[in-house]
Amino acid sequence: MAIALALGVQLLQLALVLVLAPLLTGLVRKLKAHLVGRQGPPLLQPYRDLARLLRKEVVLAESASWLFRAAPYLIFATTWVAAALVPTFATGLVFGYAADVIAIVALLGAARFMLALAGLDVGTSFGGIGSSREMMIASLAEPAMLMVVFTLSLLAGSTQLSSIAAALQSPEVGLRVSLALALVALIMVALAENARIPVDNPATHLELTMVHEAMILEYSGRHLALIETASYLKLLLYVSLIACVFFPWGLASAAQGGGAYLSAAVVYIAKLGAAGFALAVFETAIAKMRVFRVSDFLGAALMLGLLAALLLFVTQAT
Amino acid sequence: MIDRLALDIAHLCAGGLVLVSFMLLYQDRLTGLINTFALHAIVVSFSVAWQAYIQHAPQLYITAGIALGVKAIVIPLALHRIIVRLGIHRSIEPVVSIGQTMLAGIGLVALAVMVMLPVTAQAGTLAREDLAFALSVILLGLLMMISRRNAVSQVIGFMSIENGLILAATGAKGMPLVVEISVAFSILIALIVIGVFLFRIRERFETVDIHLLHEHRGEQP
Amino acid sequence: MLAALLGCVALLLVASVGAIALADRRLATTAIYGVALTASVAGLLLALAALLAPAPVPATLALPIGLPWLGAHFRLDALSAFFLVVANLGGAAASLYGLGYGRHEEAPARVLPFFPAFLAAMNLVLVADDAFSFLFSWEFMSLTSWALVMAHHRRSGNAAAGYLYLLMASFGTLALILAFGLLAGWSGAYDFAAIRTASPSALMGAAVLALALAGAGSKAGVVPLHVWLPLAHPAAPSHVSALMSGVMTKVAVYGFVRITFDLVGAPLWWWGALVALTGGITAVMGVLHALMEHDLKRLLAYHTVENIGIIFIGLGLALAFSANEMPAAAALALTAALFHVFNHSVFKSLLFFGAGAVLTATGERDMERLGGLIHRMPRTAFLFLVGSAAISALPPFNGFVSEWLTFQAILLSPALPQWLLKFLVPAIGALLALSAALAAACFVKAFGVTFLGRARSQVAREARETDRCSLGAMFTLAALCLVAGVLPAWFIDALAPVAQALTGSHLPERHGLDWLTIVPIAQSRSSYNGLLLFVLIAFAAALAAAAIHRFASGRLRRAPAWDCGFPDPSPATQYTAGSFSQPIRRVFGTVVFRAREEVEMPAPGATQSARLHVQLRDVLWDTLYVPAARAVALAADHLNAVQFLTIRAYLTLVFGALVALLAVLAIWQ
Repeated sequence: MAIALALGVQLLQLALVLVLAPLLTGLVRKLKAHLVGRQGPPLLQPYRDLARLLRKEVVLAESASWLFRAAPYLIFATTWVAAALVPTFATGLVFGYAADVIAIVALLGAARFMLALAGLDVGTSFGGIGSSREMMIASLAEPAMLMVVFTLSLLAGSTQLSSIAAALQSPEVGLRVSLALALVALIMVALAENARIPVDNPATHLELTMVHEAMILEYSGRHLALIETASYLKLLLYVSLIACVFFPWGLASAAQGGGAYLSAAVVYIAKLGAAGFALAVFETAIAKMRVFRVSDFLGAALMLGLLAALLLFVTQAT
Repeated sequence: MIDRLALDIAHLCAGGLVLVSFMLLYQDRLTGLINTFALHAIVVSFSVAWQAYIQHAPQLYITAGIALGVKAIVIPLALHRIIVRLGIHRSIEPVVSIGQTMLAGIGLVALAVMVMLPVTAQAGTLAREDLAFALSVILLGLLMMISRRNAVSQVIGFMSIENGLILAATGAKGMPLVVEISVAFSILIALIVIGVFLFRIRERFETVDIHLLHEHRGEQP
Repeated sequence: MLAALLGCVALLLVASVGAIALADRRLATTAIYGVALTASVAGLLLALAALLAPAPVPATLALPIGLPWLGAHFRLDALSAFFLVVANLGGAAASLYGLGYGRHEEAPARVLPFFPAFLAAMNLVLVADDAFSFLFSWEFMSLTSWALVMAHHRRSGNAAAGYLYLLMASFGTLALILAFGLLAGWSGAYDFAAIRTASPSALMGAAVLALALAGAGSKAGVVPLHVWLPLAHPAAPSHVSALMSGVMTKVAVYGFVRITFDLVGAPLWWWGALVALTGGITAVMGVLHALMEHDLKRLLAYHTVENIGIIFIGLGLALAFSANEMPAAAALALTAALFHVFNHSVFKSLLFFGAGAVLTATGERDMERLGGLIHRMPRTAFLFLVGSAAISALPPFNGFVSEWLTFQAILLSPALPQWLLKFLVPAIGALLALSAALAAACFVKAFGVTFLGRARSQVAREARETDRCSLGAMFTLAALCLVAGVLPAWFIDALAPVAQALTGSHLPERHGLDWLTIVPIAQSRSSYNGLLLFVLIAFAAALAAAAIHRFASGRLRRAPAWDCGFPDPSPATQYTAGSFSQPIRRVFGTVVFRAREEVEMPAPGATQSARLHVQLRDVLWDTLYVPAARAVALAADHLNAVQFLTIRAYLTLVFGALVALLAVLAIWQ
C-alpha cells in the first residue's frame, strides 16, 4: 500500500510538470508583452496552440526519413523524463535515487542530439544553420553545466538531487561565494540551453538570428506540438533545478505526507511565478548577442563554474 | 569572536571582488569597463566598511568612504567625460581573445591560492582568505594591464590593483596607518590618471578619433 | 585454460600460414575468416571463464621456445583475462564482418595471411609473462598490422601512412625495450615474476613510467605521439581498422597498465598528475581534430585518440589515488577506465564496420560526397546511429556509464592532499566535459552529413545495403552497447577481480533488486540505474505515441521542403561537413589549429565563382615532427661524408675506436 502511494506521488509529479510547463511559458510571454506596453496573448494561449497543432495535418518534406518522424517522440520522452526527475515539491520520491544531476544533463543532451539530427534530416540550409550553431552552443554550455554540478556535489558530497537539496537546506552551508558564482553560471547556461535572449530569440523568424527555431523549421502538426511541449518542459526543468538547489526552502521531504506536499506544491508554483517574472524582466532589458559573442558568454560561464570549484577548495582548506 | 554570519559576509565580499575583477576582464567596451570598475570600487568600499564593523576599527570607515567617493563616483565620472571630450576609440582590443584571457585569469587565481594558503597557515581564517583573494585581485589587475592595448584599460587595471591592496591591508587586522596610506594612494592614483590623459594620450588618441575609424570598421579574423 | 588459449593462438597461426597457400582460391576468404571466427569465439569463452571464475593463483605456463636461457613464460591473471575478452570479442566481430566484407576485397592475398596472425599476436601480448615474449609479440603485432595497412599500397597516401606507422612503432618498441631493460636490470631477470618482487627506486620508477607512457602511449595514440594513428588506421581495410582502433590500442593500454600498476611497484602522486593531464589534453585535441575532418574513417580514428585520452584520465586518477593510499577511490577510477576500454572497443568497432559498409556501397570515404544514405541503407544507418549515440555518452547506452563513473572518480578529488592535484583534477574534469560535448557535436556531423539530408553525388544515390554477415556483426555490437548501458552492474562485477588485484579494493557489490543500480561509493552518495531510465523513456515515448494516436489528427501529407519559402532542388545548398563545423572551428580552431579562412571574391560583374579557403595547421606536427625530421636529415647529410673516405681514413677510425676502448678499460680499472 505504501509503495503504491509513493508511486502515485511520483506519477503525480510526472503529470504536474507536464501540466505546468506551458503555463510557465504563457506567463513569460504575457509579462514580456506587458513590460513593453502591449496586451499580449492570454495566459493559457500555449495550451490552445498545442491543441491546435494536434488537430492539424502533418506536412512532411519529401526527403524526410523515419528519423524525422521518430525524433519528436524521443525528444519529448527524454525531456519529460528529465523534467519529472527534478524534485519540484518533494525530495526523496520513489525514483528520486535515479535523479542524478549528471544523468539529467545527459538526458537533455540526448534530446538535443536527436533534435540536431532532425534539423539535418531534410537537407535544407536552415536546418544546417540551426544544428551547427546549437552544437557549438552545447559544446560550451554542457561543460559549464558540469562544472556547476561539480561545485554543488563537492558541497553536498553527492550528485543525487535529493541529497544536494537536503545538504543546501542545512544551516552549515551559509553564504558562500562559490554558491553565488555557481548560481550565476547556472543562470547563464539555462539562458543558453533554453534559447532565450541574449543567446537566441525564441520569437524570431529571421534566419540569421535563429538557432532553435531553425532546427524545427520543417516540423508541423502533431510533431511540432511534441517538440514545443519539450521546449516548455526544458524551461520548467531549469527553473525547477535552480529553485530546488539554490532556493530549497519549502521542499517537503518524502516522509512528511499529504498536507506538507500540498503546501510545498503551492510554494513551488509561487517560485515558478517569481522565476517567470525575473526571466521576463531580464529578456526585456537586454539585447541579443552576436552568435560569436555567445562563445565568450558561455566561456565566461565555464570559467565561473571552474572558479566556484576552485574557491570551494580554498574555504574547505581553511 | 567573529561569528559565522560575519565571516560569511566578509568572505562573500572578498569573493565578490574577485568576481568583479573577472567581469573587468570580460568587458569589450570602454563605457562598460568604467561602470564595472565603479562596481569594483563599491564592492571594495563595502568590504572595508564591513571589516570596520567586525573589527571595531572606526578609522576604516574613512578608508571605505574615500574608496566610495573617489573611486566609485569621482574618477568614473571624470573618465566618462574625458572619453567623450577627446573622442577616444570606444572598443577595447585585447591582445589575445577574451576566452584565453579568462583562462589565464583562472590559472592566476589558482596560483595565488596555492601560494597564499600554505604560507599563512598560522593566521586566522578570515585573514588567510582575504590575503589569498587579494593576491588574486592584484594578479588579475596586472593581467588586465598587459592584455589590453587601450591606455584607459591599463589605468583601470592599475586602480583595481590598488583595490586589491586595500583589501589585503584591511583584512590583516591591526595594520597601522591604513587610512593615511589609502588617502595617499588615492591622491597618487588621481594624479596618475590626470597625468596620463593630459600628457600622453592626447597625442596618441587624436589620430584614433572615433570618426576616422568608421571606414575601417570590420570583423577581425 | 591457459593451454587451451595458447591452442587457439596456434590455430590462428596455422590459419595464417594456410592462407598463404590458399590465397587466391575462391573459398579462401570464407575459410580463413571462418577459422578466425571460431578461434576468437573459443578464446572469448575461455577468457570469460577465467575472468568470472578466477583461480586463486593465476595459471602460468613455461614453454621452451624463444631464448635458450629464458624460454617463454605465459600467465593468465584477471587483468589478462579481461583484456583477452576485449580482444577476442573484437576479433570475433571483425571475423564475422570479414566473412561478408572480405568478398569485396580486391587483393585478398595481401590481407588474408596477416589477419589471423594479427589476432594471434594480440592474444600473445596479453598473456606474455616475460619481457622477451612481450616485446616479441608486440613487434609481431606491429608488423602484421603494418602489412595490413600496406594492403592497398598503390592508393595515394597509404604508402606514406605505412612508413610513418613503421617509424612510430619502432620508436615505441625502443622505448619499451629501454623500460624493460631498466626493470630487468634492477631485478636481475627478465621474467615478470622476478620483476614484480623487486621494488625500484623513485628515479628508476619515474624513468620507467616516462618510457612506458612514450612506448605504450604511442601505440595507443596519446598526444603528442598520435600522429600516425589518423593516417594508418583508415588506410587498412575496414575490419582491420576496427581491430586496430578498437583492439590494438587497448592492447597498448594493457601494456601501460601492466607496467605501471603491476611491475613497477608503488606509484608516486605526480605520476598520476602527469598521466591524467596527458589524458585530458589527448581527449580535447583528439576531438577537435575529429571535428575538422570530413573523411569518415579519419574522423573515427581521431575519436579513438579522444577516447584513449579518457581512458588515460581514469588511469591517471587511479595512480594518484593509489599513491595516496585511497584504495576505494583508486578502484573506482580503474574500473571506470577499464569499463571504458570495453565500451570503446565495442562501439568503435561498430562505427568502423558502418564506415566500411558505406565504403563498400559507395566507394567513397569523403562525407562531402555522401548524404541521404538513410533511405538507401536503412539498417546500416540505424546501427551507425546506435554507435554514434553510444560514443556521444548518451543514456541509456554504455558510453554514458563509463563517463559517469569517471566523473564520480573526479568528484573524489578533494580528498587528495596535494595542492597541485586538488587544482588539476577539476581542470581535467572540465577538459573531460568539453571533450564529451564536442564528441556529440562531431557525431551529429558525421551521422547527419553522411546518412541524412539529400544525396550529394551519384554514388550516394545508388548505394545498396550491405550483406548479412556485416549486418550481423554490427547488430551484435549494437545490442551489446545497449545491454552494457542498461545492465552495467554485471560488467562492473566482472571487473571486480581486476580492480582487487591491482588496487586492493573494488566497487561495492550489489545484491538482489539493488543489482539494477550501480553505486560507486555508497548508496547515499550517488547511484545510477540504467534500466530504470530506459524503461521510463520507453514508457514516456509509448504514452506520448498512444495519446497522439488517440487524440491528435492522424493525417500526413508529403510535400516539398518548406526551407523558408526558398526551396532549391540542388543538393549543394544543404550544409556540408565543413560548414557544420565552422562555428566550432571559429571558436576553438583559431587557437588550436591556427585556422584561417580566406574568401576570394571576384570583382563585381565577373562571372567566376567565389572561393573559400580554409587553412588548418597541425601545430604539433609543425613544432615537433618537422624539426625532428629536419634534424635527422641534416645529421644524415653530414654523416654521409663517412661513406666516401679513403682506406687510410677508415683504418684511422678503426684504430681510434680501439684506442678509445682500451683507454676506457684502463680508467675503469
